[in-house]
Amino acid sequence: MPIQVLMPALSPTMEKGNLAKWLKKEGETIKSGDVIAEIETDKATMEVEATDEGTLGKILIPEGTADVAVNTPIATILADGESAADLGKASAPAQAAKAAESAPPAEAKAEAPQPKAEKAPAAPPAAVTEPDPEVPAGTEMITQTIREALRDAMAEEMRRDPDVFIMGEEVAEYQGAYKVTQGLLQEFGARRVIDTPITEHGFAGVGVGASMTGLKPIVEFMTFNFAMQAIDQIINSAAKTLYMSGGQMGCSIVFRGPNGAAARVAAQHSQDYSAWYSQIPGLKVIAPFSAADYKGLLKAAIRDPNPVIFLENEVLYGHTGEVPKLDDYVIPIGKARIVRSGKDVTLISWSNGMTYALKAADELAKEGIEAEVIDLRTLRPMDTETIVNSVKKTGRAVTVEEGWQQSGVGAEIAARIMEHAFDYLDAPVARVSGKDVPMPYAANLEKLALPSVAEVVAAAKAVSYR
Amino acid sequence: MAAPKKSVAKEPGQEKANGSPPEFTKAQELAALRDMLLIRRFEEKAGQLYGMGAIGGFCHLYIGQEAVVVGMQMALKKGDQVITGYRDHGHMLACGMDANGVMAELTGRRGGYSKGKGGSMHMFSMEKNFYGGHGIVGAQVSLGTGLAFANRYRGNDFVSVAYFGDGASNQGQVYESFNMAELWKLPVIYVIENNRYAMGTSVTRSSALTDFSKRGASFNIPGQQVDGMDVRAVKAAGDEAVAWCRAGKGPFILEMQTYRYRGHSMSDPAKYRTREEVEKIRTDQDPIEQVRNRLLAAKVSEQELKAIDAEVRAIVNASADFAQRDPEPDPSELWTDIYR
Repeated sequence: MPIQVLMPALSPTMEKGNLAKWLKKEGETIKSGDVIAEIETDKATMEVEATDEGTLGKILIPEGTADVAVNTPIATILADGESAADLGKASAPAQAAKAAESAPPAEAKAEAPQPKAEKAPAAPPAAVTEPDPEVPAGTEMITQTIREALRDAMAEEMRRDPDVFIMGEEVAEYQGAYKVTQGLLQEFGARRVIDTPITEHGFAGVGVGASMTGLKPIVEFMTFNFAMQAIDQIINSAAKTLYMSGGQMGCSIVFRGPNGAAARVAAQHSQDYSAWYSQIPGLKVIAPFSAADYKGLLKAAIRDPNPVIFLENEVLYGHTGEVPKLDDYVIPIGKARIVRSGKDVTLISWSNGMTYALKAADELAKEGIEAEVIDLRTLRPMDTETIVNSVKKTGRAVTVEEGWQQSGVGAEIAARIMEHAFDYLDAPVARVSGKDVPMPYAANLEKLALPSVAEVVAAAKAVSYR
Repeated sequence: MAAPKKSVAKEPGQEKANGSPPEFTKAQELAALRDMLLIRRFEEKAGQLYGMGAIGGFCHLYIGQEAVVVGMQMALKKGDQVITGYRDHGHMLACGMDANGVMAELTGRRGGYSKGKGGSMHMFSMEKNFYGGHGIVGAQVSLGTGLAFANRYRGNDFVSVAYFGDGASNQGQVYESFNMAELWKLPVIYVIENNRYAMGTSVTRSSALTDFSKRGASFNIPGQQVDGMDVRAVKAAGDEAVAWCRAGKGPFILEMQTYRYRGHSMSDPAKYRTREEVEKIRTDQDPIEQVRNRLLAAKVSEQELKAIDAEVRAIVNASADFAQRDPEPDPSELWTDIYR
């Protein structure tokens, strides 16, 4: 039976890619290991190798096709003795078929916790979306991925200030493990875009030492999971020096990189450090959701004279959003944003948690519950005022986070609401969070471990007594 | 790489296998004596104030190791940076920081270098290029490498000196830093103050390789063992290391063989070594007595030496007075200097 070649997933979070080029023609003989095509993702161009032998029977997706979903059949390989007449009987290889079973490309993914690119900024109906107060009316907007927004923010700040440089693993020649630093080496050279050895504790300390002299390093961690190796330098050296020196010496430094759950990488690579860093006086902690916020807040972080933890989300990197085309788009640190206004219940989240919150708001609207959605954006200093004012209006609040509940950011928000708006509450604050378990690998368990839209909807209804 | 000629390793108390280091001029001898004495008297006073309860928490005295920082400082120029661990009072005084400010920090007063908020282990001076005072063992090695990185980034010819002990030498980030420093040819001198004990654990009980000058070998960093009780030997080795770094050849390791007379901290029961061991080194090796004896042999008068003693005592006594009279920080200081 002819074998189908499926669109491969080239990274844990890839959902689609472009079929850039076919390197084999129909009728050509194929051996296992031959490069048959080139696939472009938003991160890189990768070669596809054949794992089966035979003749390229039919190309199903022509080259130049954009946005081909993972697991889409892209070609058919005929085994020895088969002919074009057999093409109709093609079946996917066993392994791919199994993958397709646990995660069929179209249906299951629509319900999966990971947002899809086209839904990421989750454009709710325009009528309930609050305009961004930082953007003057009539500003031209450009559509770009969060990855590009981050890169542009760093490039703009590096052009503006020669003391800004970036260091980390694979930031230069590899162009960034997640391609966030793409092109920076070419523009700024190896003096300012510095590949480090795999040595998180050491290079974090080198960055802090350099910042004590007035330089402004951006230290990229390939993921924040690896920053646990460096957390002593971040907390004991970066966060405390200004205080311990009586205000003489501080560190203007940004520690940035992907934080939280990626997809199918299990417990050691899927942890949310929001609560960890947001506990530390001396640090500022930022965890944005929208592309515009990623850009404006990273620029603010780089300019800030204090150590800033900038928590990104790998799942969001490829998502696109509207970014204002302004020469200098800087968003103040410490201000939450009401992204959707409503009168019945307040949903408070940040980073990828916003995906669940915004979708839940859509669901709730169908049932006549108008949710107000607050994107916290900065976790420290926390914009208590915006939260409290909203809760005074709605009387009900649900926090949404991917991190764990115990001593979590949701717990902190709930405490602040209790302290500042107790008399306005019509129900106890509810928390939707990651489950109290290490992140499992299996797709179904992973989905269960993360928050879901349904859980947010249920919590919002519960606090509304509906 | 052509490493500079290594001097022969010698333990304090050993015969000087390599002969004497280059002689100091009389002015250098007098300056070294004065700076070492200032540290010795300051530390004695700090110990006394600790006993009176005027200084709290941890207090790690530098008595016995004075030749290391004083000799190294003589090899540096203005603009070079210094960073060290928690046994830092001597380093600050050697850098020219004001004794009043250091002592007032020890007593937790508002006139202290950190307004009383840092204490013994956490003081800094941008003016004197002193980058702390760090309480986490080994952290200053990565940070000091970062200071050198900044010099390299800015294209100046300053060097940074990162001091750490035989104990810190077993921390992982030390080797992470060695690797980057040699990889990027950073101008950093790693001064390992081997005072033979990491708290109460002797080097032979804590370290697989007790020749610390070889700790950079797998990174190709040259190293040298130095008689850290002889200020002239320290200065000579410092000169060599500074020249190496300023020439852009990368980092350099100096193992200073020295000795701490007092306990690790004020609460050290000293069960790990004998009284005789300490006494022998005090008698045979004392860095201050070595200079004093050479000066006397060179016919410098007792009077002149006594005048130095008196000047130093006056500074130290004034600092103790200041540190006890100066008010504690205003309560509002609790909430300042967290962000800027």
